[in-house]
Amino acid sequence: MLEIRNLAKSFGGVNATNDVSLDFPDGSLTAVIGPNGAGKSTFFNLITGALKPDSGEVLLDGVDLAGRTPPEIVRHGIGRAFQVASIFKSLTVQETMLAAVSADQRTSAVLHKRFPLPETRDRAEHVMELLGLAGKRDRTAATLSHGDQKLLDIALALVLEPKVLLLDEPTAGMGPEERWRMIDKVRELWETQKITVVFIEHDMDIVFKIAPKIVVLCYGRILATGTPDEIRNDGAVIEAYLGTEHAGASA
Amino acid sequence: MTELEAGHAEALAPAQSGAAFQRYRDILFALVAFAVLASLPLFTGSKALLDFVIRCSAYGLFATSLNLLVGYTGLTSFGHGMFFGLGAYSFGLIMQKLAVSIPVAFAATLAITALIAATIGAICVRLKEIYFAFVTLAFQMLIHSTILSWASFTGGDQGLRGGIPRPAFLGIDLSNHVHLYVTSCALLILGLLAMRQIAQSPFGYTLRMIRDNAARASFLGIDVWRAKLTVFVLAALFASMGGMVMALFVSGAYPEFAYWTISGEGIFINMLGGVSTFLGPMVGTVLLLLLNDTVTRLTEYHGIVLGVVILFFALGLRKGLLDFAAEWVSRRRNAGEGR
Repeated sequence: MLEIRNLAKSFGGVNATNDVSLDFPDGSLTAVIGPNGAGKSTFFNLITGALKPDSGEVLLDGVDLAGRTPPEIVRHGIGRAFQVASIFKSLTVQETMLAAVSADQRTSAVLHKRFPLPETRDRAEHVMELLGLAGKRDRTAATLSHGDQKLLDIALALVLEPKVLLLDEPTAGMGPEERWRMIDKVRELWETQKITVVFIEHDMDIVFKIAPKIVVLCYGRILATGTPDEIRNDGAVIEAYLGTEHAGASA
Repeated sequence: MTELEAGHAEALAPAQSGAAFQRYRDILFALVAFAVLASLPLFTGSKALLDFVIRCSAYGLFATSLNLLVGYTGLTSFGHGMFFGLGAYSFGLIMQKLAVSIPVAFAATLAITALIAATIGAICVRLKEIYFAFVTLAFQMLIHSTILSWASFTGGDQGLRGGIPRPAFLGIDLSNHVHLYVTSCALLILGLLAMRQIAQSPFGYTLRMIRDNAARASFLGIDVWRAKLTVFVLAALFASMGGMVMALFVSGAYPEFAYWTISGEGIFINMLGGVSTFLGPMVGTVLLLLLNDTVTRLTEYHGIVLGVVILFFALGLRKGLLDFAAEWVSRRRNAGEGR
């Protein structure tokens, strides 16, 4: 279980994350929404070690990871994918996967054997299959379509077999149809892999349709948490985020 | 096993043996190359040709090791030549002052290089691109100045004179020209083979990941700083080996071996040959030395000619020679698949 306790980070005078406490039970699927600049990405950056929190705790199964380095946090089981697909542009899909498994098995510094090590194959193969990238294994990452690059980014996080998977806008920059395919994939992963998934999403239709639990951030604070229905009818959320038009539509 | 899984097993098996096949192919290639080079003295009495190959060995080791940094890791060092000079001077000094056997001096020089490279690397590899380039250059100038000013120990601007003693070991007498030639070739081939292994190891792929996207690599659990430091030290070792071959060849060591122009030539060689293939720098080495030798014979303004060639490669081609070959091969392969 991932527990966030009183997490805070400010840049100059701006409280990008302000006293945030949240629980993500094992196997849960949670959407994080909020207007631009609400602190969603900062929140992810604090959990994964890209930024050091000013105060607060990030507890994964009781171990406090706040302020540790990204490699340490990854090794404890928190994986992430990025808003802009963060991949290795000159490696092929297969090489990317194999090298990631090598990193996870702590063989990434091995000098005397040839890449890839046999023991990395099964996991790499499994995740490529899972995300539908097996047919594109020999493609160089830079030549993949935008959607496939996002999938590869997620595959990179997933192949480390994390306990918690953080997805920063998995559908960013995608057309409407592609979005639904991606989000169905995310949901399928969550269902089959039995991992805790937290994702940031802008598209309200998607969020309300697939997320059992929603967290709304605004100005670095938690505005509301709850089921889609609760969020839809929350006065503060309607005012701050959805706007009156949406409220009228759902009424 | 389902039909799908059976398909996997088939797809996996050849790829699996592919890694082993690649290794044997490299070793075979190395053996053939060595056999060809080593038998050269049987067919030609040309001392100039053998000297040329010895110089290619020294510079080839140096330039290929620089490619581990530049091409594979994305660390553009402007001071890599310091390890070339360090190798030449350490080896020369140990042989002159301590009267040990050549293999002992060889090993001791590598140990000294590793120690100094680890110290300098620990400071440098944290720095980003341009800062890394210039701080490595600064360290190179520091070593060069030390050599110049510590005249009582290093001979100052006169260099290490009086010749490097070359006692015979294991039946190898390096004061014999052919023995020196064959030994240089052996060191080159062994060095290249070792660097090829590094480049194709899991660590080699870690380096590629760091080059492409260091931040992402750290989010996969890779300690980027440690990997960069490791490759910095490894590359220094092979550069030092190149310096030792040079010291043996000229039977001395000169401050120019540690001057920034050596690093510059290393970068130039990599631009000539290309950094996207393992053998690019080796091709670049042969090209540069050929150019150097022919141009200096024809004109005293050889600097201008080399400058024009550099500009042609940097601005005109924007790639090294072997980069073009590699692209051509991959285009052909893609076309073959497309059919």
